[in-house]
Amino acid sequence: MNLIYLVLAMAIVTYIPRMVPLVLLQNVSLPRYIKGFMGFIPYAALGALIFPGVFNSTGASHLESAIIGCSVSILLAWWEMNLIFVVVGGITGAFIMNVLF
Amino acid sequence: MSMYSKRMKFLEGVKAGLPVAVGYIPIAVAFGLLSKSLDIPSYTSILMSLLIYAGASQFIGINLLVLGASFGEIIITTFLLNLRHFLMTATLSQRLYSEVSKSWRALLSFGVTDETFTVSALQKAEKLSEYFILGINTIAFVSWNVGTWLGLFFATSLPEVVKASMGIALYAMFIGLLIPHIKKSKPVLVVSLLSMMINCLIYWASMFSGFSSSWGIIVATIVSAAVGAIFYSKGEEQV
Repeated sequence: MNLIYLVLAMAIVTYIPRMVPLVLLQNVSLPRYIKGFMGFIPYAALGALIFPGVFNSTGASHLESAIIGCSVSILLAWWEMNLIFVVVGGITGAFIMNVLF
Repeated sequence: MSMYSKRMKFLEGVKAGLPVAVGYIPIAVAFGLLSKSLDIPSYTSILMSLLIYAGASQFIGINLLVLGASFGEIIITTFLLNLRHFLMTATLSQRLYSEVSKSWRALLSFGVTDETFTVSALQKAEKLSEYFILGINTIAFVSWNVGTWLGLFFATSLPEVVKASMGIALYAMFIGLLIPHIKKSKPVLVVSLLSMMINCLIYWASMFSGFSSSWGIIVATIVSAAVGAIFYSKGEEQV
């Protein structure tokens, strides 16, 4: 029951940043600094989300499979492959490493 | 707009959203698998995908839950993590026809993710139909929820080695989203590297001092985005 409240609260704080600008900020122009700050948020968040979390992503004591999967993804992303190939490639790389060792 | 052209716009959107939907399947399956393996009740994971509908928040949410973080910590992390949608939906509001009602906007905003936003924003047309965006959002939402169910349903039947390997899916998606931008923009490279370094430092420091590392992502994101804005916001248009 407690978990339902948590999910509802998470749903609300996820919905607010999506909804407020789309509904209310229609014709408002934000200051340049705020725009710049917000423009960098996705890249900053992605950086922090990837490291160091990725090293624990394939389970404890599976560091090498995380590194291989991660490397495969970086390579495929560098070649600007479709996102689906980057994801499947990363899983496959980690899987092969997990099977071999 | 006639009923027929509304339907056509919707179907165009579904078609445009197809790559997102395909990409969501393994990630949503991984979410279902991971939450099952962490003993999160299935109804919680199903509700998360239905009501929260945000990959990163859901993964971080169940991770923090298992780490024993407080509800307050989880909710604040979720909120800060989703602040990035502010700019996306602000941008998107300029691309909708001005006569699109507030209730339509409230509906469309629920389906805005990093990926559906990118697909919408990269359309050549200057103004986008609400039915077109609804089409993109619908196919992506359905795929995310179907994937979650698949992950929960197959969680017990898949071998351990496959489950462990799928844990990397979300990170692979993040890498796939980030790398092309790093290639094109030095500010993006600097900001994301700085953020990685700050988060790693906080993570390692937390192992010695005992404070919660769940604030690392928030602190790293805010500090490095602010540094980026201070040093790189003077030029005309952003990254």
